[in-house]
Amino acid sequence: MYALREALAAFRRAPVLTGLSSAMVGLALYVVGLFGLATYNLRLALTSVEERVEIAVYLRDDARQSEIDLALTELAGIPEVRSVSFISKRDALERARADLPDFGELWGDLEVNPLPQSLEVELRPGSRDPEVVERVSQAAAAYAFVEDVRYGQDWVDKLFTLRRIGAATTAVLGSAFAVVAALIIGTALRIAIFARRDEIYVMRLVGAKGSFIRRPFLVEGAIAGLLGGLLAWALTYATYRGVYTYLFEVAWLPGEWIGLGLLAGGFFGAMSSALAIRRHLREV
Amino acid sequence: MIKLTNVSKEYPKRGYALRDVSFHLKKGQFAFFTGHSGSGKTTTMRLVHMAEKPTQGEVRVTGYSSESVTERGLWQVRRRVGYVFQDFRLLPGRTALENVAFVLEVTGTPRKAIVPIAQRLLAQVGLAPKAGAFVNELSGGEQQRVSIARALANDPFVLLADEPTGNLDERATRGILDLFWDINAKGMAVLMATHDLELIKRYPHARVFELDQGRLVYDSAPD
Ligand SMILES: Nc1ncnc2c1ncn2[C@@H]1O[C@H](COP(=O)(O)OP(=O)(O)OP(=O)(O)O)[C@@H](O)[C@H]1O
Ligand SMILES: [Mg+2]
Repeated sequence: MYALREALAAFRRAPVLTGLSSAMVGLALYVVGLFGLATYNLRLALTSVEERVEIAVYLRDDARQSEIDLALTELAGIPEVRSVSFISKRDALERARADLPDFGELWGDLEVNPLPQSLEVELRPGSRDPEVVERVSQAAAAYAFVEDVRYGQDWVDKLFTLRRIGAATTAVLGSAFAVVAALIIGTALRIAIFARRDEIYVMRLVGAKGSFIRRPFLVEGAIAGLLGGLLAWALTYATYRGVYTYLFEVAWLPGEWIGLGLLAGGFFGAMSSALAIRRHLREV
Repeated sequence: MIKLTNVSKEYPKRGYALRDVSFHLKKGQFAFFTGHSGSGKTTTMRLVHMAEKPTQGEVRVTGYSSESVTERGLWQVRRRVGYVFQDFRLLPGRTALENVAFVLEVTGTPRKAIVPIAQRLLAQVGLAPKAGAFVNELSGGEQQRVSIARALANDPFVLLADEPTGNLDERATRGILDLFWDINAKGMAVLMATHDLELIKRYPHARVFELDQGRLVYDSAPD
């Protein structure tokens, strides 16, 4: 209670300093927010691309239906496989017609159907990584009546590389700017501590508890961090609206990310002020 | 009460501020600490206040030993040992009452009790009429009284006074000393550092310690 009162009094005593530091923290966290937004949308995009990661197993025309049925059951029995469906030659042709209507006449003119029959293997979400794809493909290729197995090797690899780069960039830049925000709060708190050094001196002189001396500054740091977080939220949301309205469709961050961001802001604020006050108490 | 056993204090590069000092200040004693500038008077007081740890030897204050005191013990010691300075060290921009109340507030006195206790303490040092005056509106002697009231806030068993009259004139000095003897008469020990040998001579009942270059060279009442 005393701590909260003191922290609020500190804001009243130095509104410019506190406002500026919160604004700077807000800008730093805004960068984190933008990266969060970008990562989140990249992730959504990749997930939707990943849904299409499937393995096409092309079968020879002379494969017997019983063999195909057996392969189908066996492949479906692999734990990472969600479903296997059989695409007959006619299905393939229908699809080609639907997908590529511009070639309509061409399809009509065909006397024999050139498209192979195939099995389409769909993997479970979370199992769509290069290693699993490779393993399932090899299992399919082992059947004698299998002509070819396609899954876009490079493509799967690239997808995963992209994903890793995205995550790493966000982690590195996000933490860099989070550190910047923490440093700003720490500096502001050192100024606040300096402004109250006489009070701190007397408190120590007469035997106030260390935690009692520290708490108002922790609360102040946490509030500065939270305010910065709220500002960053507002700025990020404004950016999101702008991009959505004028450029292209993007998704807004999930609530947990925002909550986590605000919590992190408050936490970093409290942590950096804890460091500042700890250093001050050691020095005097 | 307060017991120093073979205490030395060495500052890096500056050498020894105190060397092998031992004494035992008993409950309710009044003692002067004298000696040249730099002889170690302030250092001794800071050791008793546990603001510093001795380099060698042991400082015991009530139940606490410098060798084993915990964080919690430190603030207990600081509450039981009042400290008064030559330059008062009051909070500027606050009134006399607020300066005393601040100490009560930060050491956990219940809110409702704070103002009455602060008023009683100011009355005890003869400053009740000036309770609402800001620190910079008070004379040196009055400021020193505020700082004494502040030091008494947590009902200490000893009052450390480091040249408390160094900035005061003759009359104000006598007033402060009278106040110390009043406080001492109620059972509180007083340990006062001063250069002023004339002043010491006026109080023949007091115990006198003399320091010289960090050594205790005279004790008027050794055990
Ligand atoms: N924090 C410190 N760091 C280094 N040296 C110190 C420190 N405090 C005191 N000293 C040294 O210790 C010695 C004793 O100092 P102290 O302040 O105890 O003397 P004093 O008797 O109080 O002197 P004065 O009458 O001038 O107040 C001095 O030589 C001083 O320079
Ligand atoms: Mg001194």
